[in-house]
Amino acid sequence: MPGTRGPVPVVSESKGDLAHDVLQLLDQKQPLHTSEDLPQVPQPEIKAALDRLASRSMVQYETSDREDVILTKEAQTIVEEGSHEFKVWDAVKKNGGLPVKELEKHVGKDSAKVGQGNAFRNKWIKKDGDNLVLVAQEVEDTARELLRKIGETKSLDDKKVLTDLKKRKLITLSKVISYTVSKGPKYAKEIPVEVTDLTAEMLANGSWESANFKPYNFNALGASQNAGALHPLNKVRQEFRNIFFNQGFVEMPTGHFVDSGFWNFDALFVPQQHPARDMQDTFFISDPPKADKPRADPDTEAQMDAMEEGARRLFATPEKRDIKPRDYEQYFQNVKDVHEKGAFGSIGYRYPWSEDECLKLVLRTHTTAVSTWVLHRLAEDPRPARYFSIDRVFRNETVDATHLAEFHQIEGVIADFGLTLGGLMKFLEDFFSKMGISNLRFKPAYNPYTEPSMEVFGYHIGLGKWVEIGNSGMFRPEMLEPMGLPKDLRVYGFGLSLERPTMIKYGVSNIRELLGHKVDLEFIRTQHAVRLDKN
Amino acid sequence: MPTISVDKAELFKELGREYTTEEFDELCFEFGIELDEDTSESKKPEDLAQPPQLKIEIPANRYDMLCFEGIAMNLRVFLEKQKLPKWTLSAPAGGELQTLTIKEETTRIRPLCSGVVLKGIEFTQARYDSFIALQDKLHQNLARQRTLVSIGTHDLDTVKGPFTYEALPPEQIEFIPLNQTKKMNGKQLMEFYEKDKHLGRYLHIIRDSPVYPVIYDSNRTVLSLPPIINGNHSKITLDTKNVLIEITALDKTKVEIVNHMLVAMFGSYAESIEPLKIISPHNNETREAPDLTPREMQAEVDYLNQVTGLDLPAQEICKLLERMGYTAKPSSSSEKLLDVSVPITRADVLHQADIMEDLAIAWGFNKLPRIYPNKTAAVAAPLPMNKLGDIVRFEAAASGWSEVMPLILCSHEENFEWLNRKDSGGVAIKLANPKTAEYQIVRTSLLPGLLKTISSNRHHSVPIKIFEVSDVGFIDLSQERKSRNERHFAAAIMGKTSGFEQVHGLLDRIMLMLKSAFITREDGLKNEGLEGYWIEEVDDPTFLAGHAASIKLNIAGKNHTIGVFGILHPSVLQKFELPYPVSTVEINLAPFL
Repeated sequence: MPGTRGPVPVVSESKGDLAHDVLQLLDQKQPLHTSEDLPQVPQPEIKAALDRLASRSMVQYETSDREDVILTKEAQTIVEEGSHEFKVWDAVKKNGGLPVKELEKHVGKDSAKVGQGNAFRNKWIKKDGDNLVLVAQEVEDTARELLRKIGETKSLDDKKVLTDLKKRKLITLSKVISYTVSKGPKYAKEIPVEVTDLTAEMLANGSWESANFKPYNFNALGASQNAGALHPLNKVRQEFRNIFFNQGFVEMPTGHFVDSGFWNFDALFVPQQHPARDMQDTFFISDPPKADKPRADPDTEAQMDAMEEGARRLFATPEKRDIKPRDYEQYFQNVKDVHEKGAFGSIGYRYPWSEDECLKLVLRTHTTAVSTWVLHRLAEDPRPARYFSIDRVFRNETVDATHLAEFHQIEGVIADFGLTLGGLMKFLEDFFSKMGISNLRFKPAYNPYTEPSMEVFGYHIGLGKWVEIGNSGMFRPEMLEPMGLPKDLRVYGFGLSLERPTMIKYGVSNIRELLGHKVDLEFIRTQHAVRLDKN
Repeated sequence: MPTISVDKAELFKELGREYTTEEFDELCFEFGIELDEDTSESKKPEDLAQPPQLKIEIPANRYDMLCFEGIAMNLRVFLEKQKLPKWTLSAPAGGELQTLTIKEETTRIRPLCSGVVLKGIEFTQARYDSFIALQDKLHQNLARQRTLVSIGTHDLDTVKGPFTYEALPPEQIEFIPLNQTKKMNGKQLMEFYEKDKHLGRYLHIIRDSPVYPVIYDSNRTVLSLPPIINGNHSKITLDTKNVLIEITALDKTKVEIVNHMLVAMFGSYAESIEPLKIISPHNNETREAPDLTPREMQAEVDYLNQVTGLDLPAQEICKLLERMGYTAKPSSSSEKLLDVSVPITRADVLHQADIMEDLAIAWGFNKLPRIYPNKTAAVAAPLPMNKLGDIVRFEAAASGWSEVMPLILCSHEENFEWLNRKDSGGVAIKLANPKTAEYQIVRTSLLPGLLKTISSNRHHSVPIKIFEVSDVGFIDLSQERKSRNERHFAAAIMGKTSGFEQVHGLLDRIMLMLKSAFITREDGLKNEGLEGYWIEEVDDPTFLAGHAASIKLNIAGKNHTIGVFGILHPSVLQKFELPYPVSTVEINLAPFL
């Protein structure tokens, strides 16, 4: 546990300077035993004064704690006046015998009751008719003597007697902390004047050389920094972006939340009756009403050109590359055909395909809609390429601890000739090892736009079980070939949410504590830096 | 994904051995289905009331595993305990097929019908329950809540062919619905089932149509009113021996898929499967249904091997494919091809890519050689807008402000009314089907999210200083998607005093980092060549009068108004339940790209 903030605790001056007293006493006597030399001062005050002096090396002290035997009020009376039995004996002796009835009058009710019995047992007195008469002429009051000794030494070795006296409520036990104090290496009779900090003035006038610095409390935290902070989710996002950049991925232009059914579903070979296109799962847009058919988008094109300039320059060869301009009309028709009638080696879904459904606007349900656009662009000049994006997607879900209507999708796409399914597994092994997850398993799964499709499971050491950490697959020919991509150019796709690994990694059980306006600012400010490979 | 509950002991009996939960989970994992729950250990009353069940999640396109029979059969084939059966049609004893004539009026509401006859079927309670449950699962999934396809099953011995599929005005259709005692017409039936939890949700499919679809026998007995309910007259029972199945639909492909599934799952309980003669001349749909011939496809050996990373001879591939229900043999036309028969159960197989995946499953996904074949170097690049956004984020954080990430969707009033802003229309993207009023539009400003964040953090000590760099959305009819995003930067401070100089100072700092110099308004307006930013007092109802300024930028020879900052108007504070003064700044980052 970290120490508390602030200076070393110091006894306040108003209570009399105990530290000063300790120094004075030490001058006369060493070592000091606080229980004897300062018996009236409460222990916490002694401790504070000693700490203050010890932190300046003026004293050294050792702590001892013991149990003191303390006399009760009744026992103290016995020490002062004698035991009950003695009082009874004494009364009988003084009066030369005493009627039983009158004993109380002489020694009091308590002593009469207890003392009579004890005096009989000790054979100090006996009963003669209704009278008490003396047996022993001289007695020794051992009980009083015992208590007197205990009162002086505050201790009793005989455990049996101790228990007996405790039961008779004559003594109590009390824990006492005391200190044995001796002079420290910097002992002096007075506490020297101290300065709390080094100042510019002290540097200027040279007083720092002789100054006595008040010691620093190394058990406390330093001053709180009025620091700004980056959001934990964005810090994780940055780690993932770095992993992608290190692997040569180009970031995709995801700057539109709204997409058409065409890019979000149809072009991905998601049939128009697929449950994902239900009102229950997807946010549809009421205003604006309808998208245009797919067409050239010069602004986004320019962004892609700028990003891919580096690769183009680096891999440039003397021979000119064949650029086959995109034909959006043909693409649209191809997509329609592959759904409705089958094409490109597929029998298709064989249902009446609706252009109206295709041009409905939706809040994108995945950033794979953008990957589709980028892959269609790649068909102009089919070549190995890697793309990624991390951005917001939307689902018309009922909000609960693990579902929000918005979250971030991490998406990666690799296009190349001769890709194999095992190669995707290998790539993902490497990818996830960078976040400290090794040992992956893959489960066959269904996804309308990938075939094969694989759910990625990683062994979570903390949870002690296999957890699903992502989805992956190879895009279907029905998605790629309508774009004009060659049959032998295969494309890996993989994705995961940004929130899920963040929640697993940082033990957040409610997504609303991570994303959205209900997140606690203290959580944002105190989350440590994200190093996925370091845990 | 549909989840199917099957009797654990019965399934293990079919699989010929006992499995521990872990072993069975492993089998499911390899095959691509998922064991959701084994109720053996469950203490829930509903689980204790029946023998232990396995709840299995089935991929959404595997309609052949939506019942006990299908799961058992496919796993038995996968474990090489049996080969997939071959389903064949038989002619009826008398030689005469049952016929069903489709009337042209049905095109007005539900044009397609198909069916089949299962003769000499033997039901047990379990089979009967499974038969009903499968129809329900098909209705929910493939049939999209009965809109596309619906199934009716009848005791053939209670009705008399030939049958007709017609479309009639609701008042003219009269019958006793399944499990009812009172005769009612189509209109009354709609009212009767209006409040019915189970059937009420299907009424909309036909309710407002002038004609309702209906199937009659030759005595004008109503068999069913698809897609709502069957007649009580022809209801099947445990003693039913001969079953007539009729399937009505909007979708030609799906009607036959459903027919195939029912035949494949329950045909084996019947002595024979007899076709139904469909007469439908008006749309050229006259035929005998169903067609149980497997679909013939070809697959390239090289393709199968290349994508899986295997190097198997054709014969071995064929053997592996058999475990997934195919019958495959090297093609007679070319040694590079396989002739693959796709059984009627595998409606999900569309392309040789599907066959390739099944080969990988039969081989074992996790046994495939994990070698990364891609040797191509690549050059990474960040999206310019994200790079710019990151610069602003880091500078804001370094200036002592905390980053927040509120949601992009918000209510209309948070975005407009609460900020004293008017929606002039054509600006904000509106959602058609939100589940709550919290999500009505795509935000056009970052302010609502920032203010809601401060509001939910009121318990912290002030000053609270937060910022966000993220996108807002606008309608933009010039775009293909009729909308566009805009990257904004915004910050808000709540404290005992307004914090006006704080947001102003943060703006100056960000501008400095973005290499934009402060110039006076006069200089900015006078000299178009002078690049930099200046601020102008502005009258904006979001802010306290006299304490708001619009932010102007001259960059690359063009003037922009990029945002506004100021002290929020007390009425705004009240709406967002903010107890102290708040100042905000918001700018559009796009001009800096």
